[in-house]
Amino acid sequence: MKHSIKRKIVQLAAFGYSNPYLMNFKGGKLYQGKWKQFCNPGLNCYSCPAASLACPIGALQAVSGSVNFKFSFYAVGILLAVGLLLGRAVCGWLCPFGLFQELLHKFPPPKLKLKKAFLYVKYVVLVVFVIVLPIAVTDYMGMGKPAFCQYICPAGTLEGGIPLLFSHKALRQTMGSLFTLKMTILIVTIIGCVLIYRFFCRVLCPLGAIYGLLNKISIYRLEVDAHKCVNCGKCKRICKMEVDPVKTPDSAECIRCGACADTCPEGAICLQFRLKSSIMTDRTEMTNER
Amino acid sequence: MSSKRKSIIQITTFLIAVFFILYGMVRGEVGVVLNKAVNICFECIGLG
Repeated sequence: MKHSIKRKIVQLAAFGYSNPYLMNFKGGKLYQGKWKQFCNPGLNCYSCPAASLACPIGALQAVSGSVNFKFSFYAVGILLAVGLLLGRAVCGWLCPFGLFQELLHKFPPPKLKLKKAFLYVKYVVLVVFVIVLPIAVTDYMGMGKPAFCQYICPAGTLEGGIPLLFSHKALRQTMGSLFTLKMTILIVTIIGCVLIYRFFCRVLCPLGAIYGLLNKISIYRLEVDAHKCVNCGKCKRICKMEVDPVKTPDSAECIRCGACADTCPEGAICLQFRLKSSIMTDRTEMTNER
Repeated sequence: MSSKRKSIIQITTFLIAVFFILYGMVRGEVGVVLNKAVNICFECIGLG
């Protein structure tokens, strides 16, 4: 079975387990069971009525901004464990907001390419909005606010804000300039995703930044067999994340979608769980052997 | 990155991750996460 088909099945399953309580949309209630103490590997707002798990970025900020703690060992530990196992395969296979972005990109052209400088914005967002602001900016009680959720996260607006405002009249009366800002970011994100493949994922997502950094050591990885590769460039051309799998299989932007493996005419690219490289990935290594 | 160096980083990251999760659970972070996740987060939805 092709990776593209497997991935769609897994993405739908991940969307399902992340948001199984669809009936909660009707009354605008949140699921309040024990599962919410666990973090979802992908970005999925815990204020979404259908959500079954906690958002890892929200959890990280919630603990960092609390009175008693200034760092979330729990959320960071989960992110490290998941990132070590899967890297950015989480973005490509498990993230519900990633699936939403891919569906938006199915709208007809025009399509644009992203300038490389924008790829670094997500690291600034991670440091400033997720790590620094919730700890540094506190109220008189010493509590910080989840700055990323508050000022940026379009997933929260889409999955939590809009449904809850529809179902709660009282909440609608408290709408102000902050909601206008968040709606603007959501609209910009939607337009961005229609024009550019996974615009939010590549430019703004702090979770993508964390998993991207762990892509270099993740156990689920992309391997290119230098013996088989004929340098035809098909993999680079098919990659919607604009990665060259032959040169940088561990790129922080690779979401392990497997499109390159599907398109490779020589079967030189594979996605697999491996602790150690099983195939020759380095061309210099191959030359030495000869 | 050499294979040996990668393995060392992987093992270290794994141990750190396990320690962080357990330490976070022991000091009560799970309760903070659960409390935040089961109530409407006004900041998250753009009202806070």
